[in-house]
Amino acid sequence: MVSSSLTPPTHDWLIISRSLLLSIHLLGISCFAYIVARRLAPLVRAERDLRFDRPLIRAGRVFKFWLGQWRHPRYKFAGTLHILIFAGFILLVARAFSTLIIGVNANFVMPGLSGLVGRFYNLATDYAATAVFLCMVIAAVRRLVYKPERYAVPAKYGKSHTADAVFLLALIAVLMVADSLFAASTAASHRLQGQPVETLAFLSLPWILQGSLRPSLGTVADVRFAAYLVHELAFYFLLCYRPFGIQFHVETSLFSIYFAKLERGTVKPVRWAVSDERLDQVKSLGVKKFEDFTWKHMLDFYSCADCGRCSDNCPANAAGRPLAPRFLTIKARDYAFQHYPVFGKANNSKPLIGNVYSENEIWSCTTCAACEEECPLLVEYIDKIVDLRRGMVDDGNVPQSLQRPLKALESRGNPYGKMEKKRADWTKSPEFQQTCDVKILDGKRDADTLYFVDSITSYDERMQSIGRSTARILSRIGENFGILGAGEKDSGHDVRRFGEEMLFLALRDHNSDAVKASEVKRIVTADPHAYNALKHDYKNVPPVEHMSQVIAREVKAGKIQFHPIEDENKVFAYHDPCYLGRHNQVYDEPRSVLDAIPGLKRVEMKRSRDRSFCCGGGGLMLFYEPQEEQRMGVLRVRMAAEAGANVIVTACPFCMANIEDAIKVAGMEGKMSVIDLTELADQQIVQQSLRETQRLREPATCGG
Amino acid sequence: MPHIFVYLRHRSGVVDDSAAELYDAAKTIDASASPTAVLTGYGEDLDAACSSVRSLYTEIWKVGDQVLAYPNAELVRQALAAVLPRNSILLLPHDHFGIDLGPGLSIKLNSSFVSDVLAIDGVEGNFLKLARQEFGGQVSVQVRCDISTGAVINIRPGAFKAEPTASISGVIVDKSSQVGILSARRRYIQTIVAEAGDVDITKHSVLVSIGRGIQEKDNIALAEELADALGAVVSCSRPVVDAKWMGKSRQVGSSGKTVKPRVYLACGVSGAFQHLAGLKGNPFIIAVNKNPKAPIFQVADVGIVDDILEFLPELTNQVRESRSVAAK
Amino acid sequence: MDILVCVRRVPDTSENEIELNAEGNDIVRDELVYSVNEPDNYAVEEALQIRDRVGGTVTVVTVGGEEDEEVLRRELAMGANHAVLLSDDAFNGCDGQGVASILKGIVQKGNYDLILTGVQADDGAAQVGGLLAAMLDYPFASLVNSISVENGRLRVSREIEGGNREINEIELPCVLSIQTGINEPRYVGMRGIRQVASVLVPTLGAADVGVDPATVGQKAAKVKRTHYFIPTRGKAAEMLVGSRKENAEKVLELVAEKGGLK
Repeated sequence: MVSSSLTPPTHDWLIISRSLLLSIHLLGISCFAYIVARRLAPLVRAERDLRFDRPLIRAGRVFKFWLGQWRHPRYKFAGTLHILIFAGFILLVARAFSTLIIGVNANFVMPGLSGLVGRFYNLATDYAATAVFLCMVIAAVRRLVYKPERYAVPAKYGKSHTADAVFLLALIAVLMVADSLFAASTAASHRLQGQPVETLAFLSLPWILQGSLRPSLGTVADVRFAAYLVHELAFYFLLCYRPFGIQFHVETSLFSIYFAKLERGTVKPVRWAVSDERLDQVKSLGVKKFEDFTWKHMLDFYSCADCGRCSDNCPANAAGRPLAPRFLTIKARDYAFQHYPVFGKANNSKPLIGNVYSENEIWSCTTCAACEEECPLLVEYIDKIVDLRRGMVDDGNVPQSLQRPLKALESRGNPYGKMEKKRADWTKSPEFQQTCDVKILDGKRDADTLYFVDSITSYDERMQSIGRSTARILSRIGENFGILGAGEKDSGHDVRRFGEEMLFLALRDHNSDAVKASEVKRIVTADPHAYNALKHDYKNVPPVEHMSQVIAREVKAGKIQFHPIEDENKVFAYHDPCYLGRHNQVYDEPRSVLDAIPGLKRVEMKRSRDRSFCCGGGGLMLFYEPQEEQRMGVLRVRMAAEAGANVIVTACPFCMANIEDAIKVAGMEGKMSVIDLTELADQQIVQQSLRETQRLREPATCGG
Repeated sequence: MPHIFVYLRHRSGVVDDSAAELYDAAKTIDASASPTAVLTGYGEDLDAACSSVRSLYTEIWKVGDQVLAYPNAELVRQALAAVLPRNSILLLPHDHFGIDLGPGLSIKLNSSFVSDVLAIDGVEGNFLKLARQEFGGQVSVQVRCDISTGAVINIRPGAFKAEPTASISGVIVDKSSQVGILSARRRYIQTIVAEAGDVDITKHSVLVSIGRGIQEKDNIALAEELADALGAVVSCSRPVVDAKWMGKSRQVGSSGKTVKPRVYLACGVSGAFQHLAGLKGNPFIIAVNKNPKAPIFQVADVGIVDDILEFLPELTNQVRESRSVAAK
Repeated sequence: MDILVCVRRVPDTSENEIELNAEGNDIVRDELVYSVNEPDNYAVEEALQIRDRVGGTVTVVTVGGEEDEEVLRRELAMGANHAVLLSDDAFNGCDGQGVASILKGIVQKGNYDLILTGVQADDGAAQVGGLLAAMLDYPFASLVNSISVENGRLRVSREIEGGNREINEIELPCVLSIQTGINEPRYVGMRGIRQVASVLVPTLGAADVGVDPATVGQKAAKVKRTHYFIPTRGKAAEMLVGSRKENAEKVLELVAEKGGLK
């Protein structure tokens, strides 16, 4: 910061009090080190987490998400504020250190920041400090006056966090003022002594403060020392206070982002470095107490900035379920602070379920990943929830409503308890068989492509129509495909995400063997849950595509044409299924299919693509009885209506089930309908003969 | 042919339909039989109960003792074992009391035991031919029961006719002194009455009744809308109560309420007998169920194979339309 | 308290479609899935909860063959301490009283304070508990939906008509038959089953439990099934076969006709 050597005036307190300032430095640094060491204590005892691979990719993500603040603009105002504050802080780092060191070495100049570069840097940081200061004021006003909803703390979660937040904002503001005042008074001091004066940036905070200083050397020296002391104390106070609250993210964010999960769509193994075969030997599965979390998950708890963006986008939260992701993290963090205190011994480990979390809180999650998509710190949620579920399953603590489908999955390979031999019955209705022959790959027949149907499409009478539409489209494009029939069991996608890992492994192994035996080269499915499982949870199976991708490709290649939509009044809105959209980022292909249908009027709902709003959940979630104020599906259907649509198009049978139900519950029958992408494509596809087109116009009657 | 006895339970001196049903069952076993009714209890209530069945039974055995004032099956068993002759047939209703009493009594009497009998197909030598159900009512089975040392048979309530067919003047025989000192290692404390819900389903003439087929708690709204449109109320079967979707006060069945509506819409109700046992008075039963093989279709008057989640709203619409037309 | 729970392996009626075989003497069993009888499972859960409250052991027993061992293992996985399989050729074809006499044998071999059974199984007989109690001369209560242990006695509530509950005090040792809904049974997953896969389940025969083969089994049975059938419906429902709209119209008509529209 300040360049030239100063001949100490009679009362340059700064130099006289060097030992005081030095001791503050030492005290501050050692306190901080101690506090951080105490905070790291539980992490050292935590479960292992293998996050040290692919350093280049991880570094790249640090660049994008940390330095680049990539997630922040999703909330424009707060995001802009934060970007400014963050940029300001980064810029100010060198200046802050220089200032601190000057206390013990009056002539210190940061290496590389001398001469012209230094002058430029000082001007820039003058503005940076000003900007940060202004942002603090705006942020405080925003918190106190405008009170954005996502910061609110419902009574059951404790006291409001506003006081603490504003306190910290105030402290940082003080820091900026102290720094600026120090710069201003240093310049004033030089001027009064006839020494070269640093230029203060025009209209910056230091520049403004300079005008308020009385031109007496003694006063200026006093002000300078006071500013310095305040700066140093504020700096170290903040440094040591941050690890006690949400501001710890200032230090931990770099690490939480570096070590963040790289894979999408899959769930962590029960124990890293314990293979599936050896899981039987593990004494306890899942997370039952705090120490069962991995160190990265504990780091996540420390890293939460309490911004509330996750809960703001959580559909369970919106529906009034007892789940708010933000508080999953805050409660765990508070637990860590309480049971692993900085002052005192680690104490009283308690089971998490029943003490920190309620069972319903953990079962309420649909694993839609809206929270993970928002979090600027890349905090992970789904893995934690799955681990907590694994713990409950291990203890036998499973809601009765889920025990029946789990048992049915175990004995019959589908959650409905229907007989295995009937899994392919949907292909057997006479009307359908005339239009389409679906091969069963039972060893006697083979094919290039496997159509993995999965349970709901196989057994649910309404969803079987999706199966038939899919089969017809595959036939039409000349795909040599077949299904596994009775040899197929449930993909197990949601069995895994509901914590029944062993049952999932059994289903996965069975299906993997069946797929391998069929010798197909690729897999297609119309079920995003099956798609996600085959793509991410299953190993060593052929590549898998979703039907929307298949159709989109054929459309692009000109091999599929569509008849125009006849009803002018229909307005379509595409609903992104969570496991096709957010988890696998397939947003454009389904839309391109819709846009290829002539005369199809399409609108986008406010929440679409990666901000899509979960329909209510699929797989086992259809059996769970949640405590909620209203259904997620009902909220979604209203969003469609708000966007001006009267037809919802979706690409997932579970979305179909939830939305169809929601239309009834919301009393919107006649005003809103829903159709699957494959059904719509099947309906509109240009057939060979007009007669076929007319016969296949209504999907409900097709195939019986 | 062993002599046939019939045990009748009573409450406050009133005997229920089992008096006539068990009489009918006894006559089905042996058309020429004069079954003897046996009642236990104490004081005026017992006297009144015995008198009330004189028009049906030629002989009524009264077994009175203070400890029998409340029908504790453990004590009743001892009493009956003391007074009943060996090698006789005893008929009981297959209700919670019959389940409590029957099996143990058969051991004390050293006779056979068959429970939940639906039909009696006659006697063949030393064997009684009976019909029961298994697998939740999905199949029936014929059973041969050796009656050479007598039998205790629990009869399904409602399986036999409840209209009294005889009209005589029976004789009451006091068998109380034969009983001796009764003691049991089970003591009756009290009865806790089910909480009265907001709705008393026994007072309604039209019931929209839902079963497991409603699938989810939220779907109950569909039944409530229909009930609303009809001026009726919603009742349910046991699975709905077990799932905690409706209170026990709404349950129709042997462990729930007994109802006598004029019209009973059974929606997604399978027709388990425990549920139907709560349905008396020969209501007009309309059954809607996805499963064409549901047992309810065996007892309903009119049946529709359909998804209740689709059918109920349709019916509700029609009811509302017809009402609005009527109002005009 | 040492508790014995009698369990049974039955075809799971909700996950099976029951059909008669060609001869009419049994149901088709090839593709059935079996599981523990639901009321028995509630009984085991209740026993485990009592044990966890007051201490003691829980033993599960079944009468059957090798294929029935799997339900014993499941209940071991759920938390039972011991399991016993009662199996002997002499036991084949038992009726209810036969099963009860076999169970009497195992009861008398041990020193159980409390014996539980489920209220009924797939054949709806609801008899074994009561038969067993009388053979042992123990007090009995059926349709129990709550149990509390008080001073060496049990306070139980029985499910009676109208949703009412009959409260009784019963002395030990006793036999209780348990109604569903008494508790919320814990989940038993594949992992739990795997962990007990190698536990040895002792098998005891007629001689081991002091049962005279002549008193049980097919020959001694006083109640025997002769054949299965689907009854011809006397007055079955008149099935409506129109469209949904037409059916609804007809129903509305009938309801009005029967005086159901106020």
